[in-house]
Amino acid sequence: MKTNSFGYKFRQYLLFAGVTTFLFTAVVIVPFFYGLYLTFTKYDGVSTSKPLVGFANYISAFKDTDYWVSLGRTFIFSAIAVVLVNLFAFVLAYMVTTGIKGQNFFRTGFFIPNLIGGIVLGYVWKFVFNKALVELTENITSGNAKSLLATPTGAIAALIIVSVWQYAGYMMLIYVAGFMSVSEDVIEAAKIDGCTGTQSIIHISIPLMSASFVQCLFLTITRCFMVYDVNFSLTNGDPYGESALAAMHVFNTAFTNKDYGTGQAEALILFVICAVVGGLQVYVGKKAEVEA
Amino acid sequence: MDQNKKAAIAKRIRHILMILVLAILFIIVIFPFILVLINAFKVKSDITADPLRLIGKHGFTLDNFTNAMKKMNFWKVFGNSLIITTFSTILTIFLSSMTAHLIVRNNWKANKILFVLMIASMVIPFQVLMIPLVSLYGGVFGILNHRITLILMHTGFSVSMATFMFHGAINTNVPISLEEAAKIDGCTKWQTFWRIVFPILKPTVATVAIIDAMAFWNDYLLPSLVLKQKDLFTIPIATKVFYGTYSTDTGLIMAALLLAMLPILILYLFLQRYIVEGITAGAVK
Repeated sequence: MKTNSFGYKFRQYLLFAGVTTFLFTAVVIVPFFYGLYLTFTKYDGVSTSKPLVGFANYISAFKDTDYWVSLGRTFIFSAIAVVLVNLFAFVLAYMVTTGIKGQNFFRTGFFIPNLIGGIVLGYVWKFVFNKALVELTENITSGNAKSLLATPTGAIAALIIVSVWQYAGYMMLIYVAGFMSVSEDVIEAAKIDGCTGTQSIIHISIPLMSASFVQCLFLTITRCFMVYDVNFSLTNGDPYGESALAAMHVFNTAFTNKDYGTGQAEALILFVICAVVGGLQVYVGKKAEVEA
Repeated sequence: MDQNKKAAIAKRIRHILMILVLAILFIIVIFPFILVLINAFKVKSDITADPLRLIGKHGFTLDNFTNAMKKMNFWKVFGNSLIITTFSTILTIFLSSMTAHLIVRNNWKANKILFVLMIASMVIPFQVLMIPLVSLYGGVFGILNHRITLILMHTGFSVSMATFMFHGAINTNVPISLEEAAKIDGCTKWQTFWRIVFPILKPTVATVAIIDAMAFWNDYLLPSLVLKQKDLFTIPIATKVFYGTYSTDTGLIMAALLLAMLPILILYLFLQRYIVEGITAGAVK
């Protein structure tokens, strides 16, 4: 049998990658381009006709002040959440790799929030904020307390708290892998040269772990930018839609207001911003990696 | 000698302090779960009176569970989640390991195009694809509301990441001489893959299985767009609908949330070592 004939290659490809190619094309490639097409049409999700409308959807997306406000909110939320998640994760990872007693227990324990889906987590925390923490503050101050979720700023703060609580344990595991990839010999050599513990972390471990930082930052940035389920179950945009993040706004434009074209245009803008921020971060991070 | 002793004591103190800090943080991490656990066994009035009390005035009750199970149709939605997660995971593993093998071992143009497209697609968030997905498969083809549709969609979304991971594993862990030896012994490509290559990939299979199964089990957005009929609901959708209907009945809600979390927490109890190792291994790639 000839192994370089087109027929042979074709059959091999179909056998090993045919189904993969079909499914991947059907749910990723085709919808991506079909989505581009949708942004130039008017479609309410029900009617059979999709008239072409040119750039009207992009214009209405640019005029949609609620969208830009939600985007600004997403920026603030993501910036704070990303920094806090990574800070906690890194410190946790450091502590559970120092060889203390029970470090495996803690690694396992801090990962628990990641086992539960965003919808359920949001409802759990809603109870914590609305009932348990209110009760707790009332017990301590013996006065009336209001839920954090009652004010717009409080609701965003609550979203940040839940995100940190949820992702710190996951990112911790990535930093743990980073800490373990730094060889003992290098640290030992630094100690002999007179490095203190803190110095060896800042000057040896962190530069050698820059791949972990790039990965964690990329994961947290993209996840925070695109968060929907926790936002939905914890605040559902309340109070007065002032805690709705960009992904929720996109969802509502498309599926609640039945404006698929504008919704898709807004989703694309969100994706481009997210990709630029994420890509820039990876680019800067990789450069730092080379220098180190 | 005295210096060494001092250093050892300082180290000990540091370790004890760290364990203390970690213990406090750990309590904060599990605090919400504990709250749900204690309140799931209380009657509504006891929860309203004091959500922090271990046992309510009216004592311990299991009514919340029996009611929540019935109203949520728990075994049905649990079964749906189980079927969807299991088949999506198995399909993802088989398809992507085969594809990765083809890509690594054959330097064909089609393979390169597929691989580049897969890597590029990993930055596309689901939110960009959800509207066209619904409009295409709901509006044009009308194939929503089938479990098999969701299984195939889950698989389609996760094959790129999985192929990427298997690609790395085959490149580093599977010696080509082994495959050449199998070929000389008369194995076809298909046999070589299943008898020689796939068994070597076991650690990567475990990592991919853990990461994807957790993602499928917990996913809400895609299933909620695909499955609109009550008898097809998965646990996250059922929880959302249940919450919408009974949000004022706190005891019932607590029981439902606990039920929604229980399966994966029990699984974690048994597989924690593999899950933590799998995630850590996945991070190195």
